[in-house]
Amino acid sequence: MKELEYPFDSGYIMKKKRSIRKQLLAELAKDENSGGTISKRIAVLGGSTTADIVSVLELFLLDAGIKCEFYQSEYGMYWQDAVFGNEELDAFHPDIIYIHTSFRNLEFLPEPNMTEEQVESGYQSEMSRFCQMWDSIEKKYGCPVIQNNFEQPYFRLLGNSDASDFRGRVNFVSRINTGFYSEIRRRKNLYLNDINWLSSMYGLEKWSSPEYWYMYKYSLNISAIPELCYQTASIIRSLFGRTSKALALDLDNTLWGGIVGDDGAENIVIGQESAEAMAFSEWQKYLKSLKSIGILLTVCSKNEEENAIAGLEHPDGTLRPDDFTVIKANWEPKDRNIISSAQEINIMPDAFVFADDNPAEREIVRSQIKGVKVPEIGEVTDYIRVIDRSEFFEVTALSEDDLKRNDMYKANAMRYNASRQFENYEDYLQSLEMQAEIKPFAPVYYQRIAQLTNKSNQFNLTTRRYTPAEIETFAQSDKFITLYGKLTDKFGDNGVVSVVIGEKTGENLDTLDIKLWLMSCRVLKRDMELAMLDSLVKEAKEQGISALVGTFIPTAKNKMVKDLYEQTFGFSPLDSNADGETRWMLCLDDYANKNKVIKINM
Amino acid sequence: MLSDNEIIKRLTAVFQDVFDDDTLVITAETTADDIEDWDSIEHITLIGAVEDEFGMRFKMGEVSGMNDVGEMIDIIRSRGK
Repeated sequence: MKELEYPFDSGYIMKKKRSIRKQLLAELAKDENSGGTISKRIAVLGGSTTADIVSVLELFLLDAGIKCEFYQSEYGMYWQDAVFGNEELDAFHPDIIYIHTSFRNLEFLPEPNMTEEQVESGYQSEMSRFCQMWDSIEKKYGCPVIQNNFEQPYFRLLGNSDASDFRGRVNFVSRINTGFYSEIRRRKNLYLNDINWLSSMYGLEKWSSPEYWYMYKYSLNISAIPELCYQTASIIRSLFGRTSKALALDLDNTLWGGIVGDDGAENIVIGQESAEAMAFSEWQKYLKSLKSIGILLTVCSKNEEENAIAGLEHPDGTLRPDDFTVIKANWEPKDRNIISSAQEINIMPDAFVFADDNPAEREIVRSQIKGVKVPEIGEVTDYIRVIDRSEFFEVTALSEDDLKRNDMYKANAMRYNASRQFENYEDYLQSLEMQAEIKPFAPVYYQRIAQLTNKSNQFNLTTRRYTPAEIETFAQSDKFITLYGKLTDKFGDNGVVSVVIGEKTGENLDTLDIKLWLMSCRVLKRDMELAMLDSLVKEAKEQGISALVGTFIPTAKNKMVKDLYEQTFGFSPLDSNADGETRWMLCLDDYANKNKVIKINM
Repeated sequence: MLSDNEIIKRLTAVFQDVFDDDTLVITAETTADDIEDWDSIEHITLIGAVEDEFGMRFKMGEVSGMNDVGEMIDIIRSRGK
């Protein structure tokens, strides 16, 4: 919804939240069968009033296809709820806990007459108060926790020394925040909501207007609530894999000033010669750095291809043709270019962000591709801010695969072209020289495996979503057989692309019930699923399993695997129910390996 | 200075937005008892929206002290734009 995109009108959102909510729910109801909607339970433990924080958070989450049920602590009872729980919270079974604390919740604050030891002891007691909460939540609920850090105090008793002197509150906040970051890095399930940065960006003076605390016990100006909620929702979206994956970029007046076809490549505005050139240079550098967190860049420009390439080869530019996974420079409508780019790199079109200085082009793409993100990027001096504040690419965990993603997708484009040259498909597969590592889950892959369970929708038999902590539980339990599959070929490493989880059932624990089977669309049609099945059968037999049972739970996105168990794997039908769920069984007695083209665990 | 007519007209629009009900009618005698959803939580949103509409701020004492819409109109008449 446009009104919920950055930069939004906070006053409008606060005033119209009831009608916005109605609209969003109606839209979701229309899309009920699209399989894109998920339902989550979010517990908000507040050290201050949370009522409208919850209402507005819900709006941003609904806009992202996440339906929510909320729990809120009784006023200020964040600590008690975290440490002791209560009947209502326990029965709620939160999927995520958001701890909304702020400067007002610091129980110890330094005073000018304290010694260094006293302040140190106060620091330790604050840290241990919070650690106790996080420990208790992990034990009781085991779910991801989103934790606010602390905003700056809004007055400085010691003036500028308040930041450097150990008796200053600015200094104390800085120390506690640093302590928090250390815990966040150490713990697996704790995520930062950086209100320190956000309140600075928003304007601390306005954010901290104390009348909202005095009147309503809100820890911030209510006008800042939409900003806080937008950021919190971005973290939640990221935890459930709902971030954008690629950026489609226009060229003229977007990546450089001027029009390369008219002005000539040597005259486009980029470099250090003028203010405008510097702005475009910094923007290009920013885009290049997005690549290093795994975002794919593509070009979508109305230009002759040779002019596009010439512009990208300008000596003062940062982005080169090679930095782009796909380059579409032609006269086709841009929405068609984005859709075909998506097909070529095997992602959904709505995973794209489209950046173009021309509002007419933006409008066409926005209206033709459902769910694509098209920010109003403004002038070149706004570009970085708009993309950054929109939080399309929020990172909650960077995996090895994210860091190498660009190389992987480039290799994909190369494979796509190579496949056209072969007589028969099996020859092509053999020529790829594929090797797979298929083993039980290892700690180094837990993040990536969890990420895949949240992002994969198409080749996904049961669409169950898991957090890294749950993956670890499966990995360490004797009741489960787990396998990850990592696929490499002569063009490169695809990383972890398939995940299987089976649970031992039956009187003698001799049946394996496959709870999860998914595969990345990056490696469709390579027989990787056959390789996974061969490995699963081998592993299962070694552990005394005599039969596999597979389940298919239909969604609107996973039609492609409806007949996988029967047609591809050779299972026999077991049963089905009124919701279209089907179950299948395979006896392992005379199983013969099906994969002929991938070398496993060399 | 704003006329009472104009104040009521603009105020009604704000109430209708906040409570998402375009049939709402507001008079000087209207109180929180007359509108089902007007509780202390919604009051906060309402005050914020009225402040935005009329380009003014209520004083802390005024926010909790108003007994009916008439008292709100009095304050808007003296400070609103």
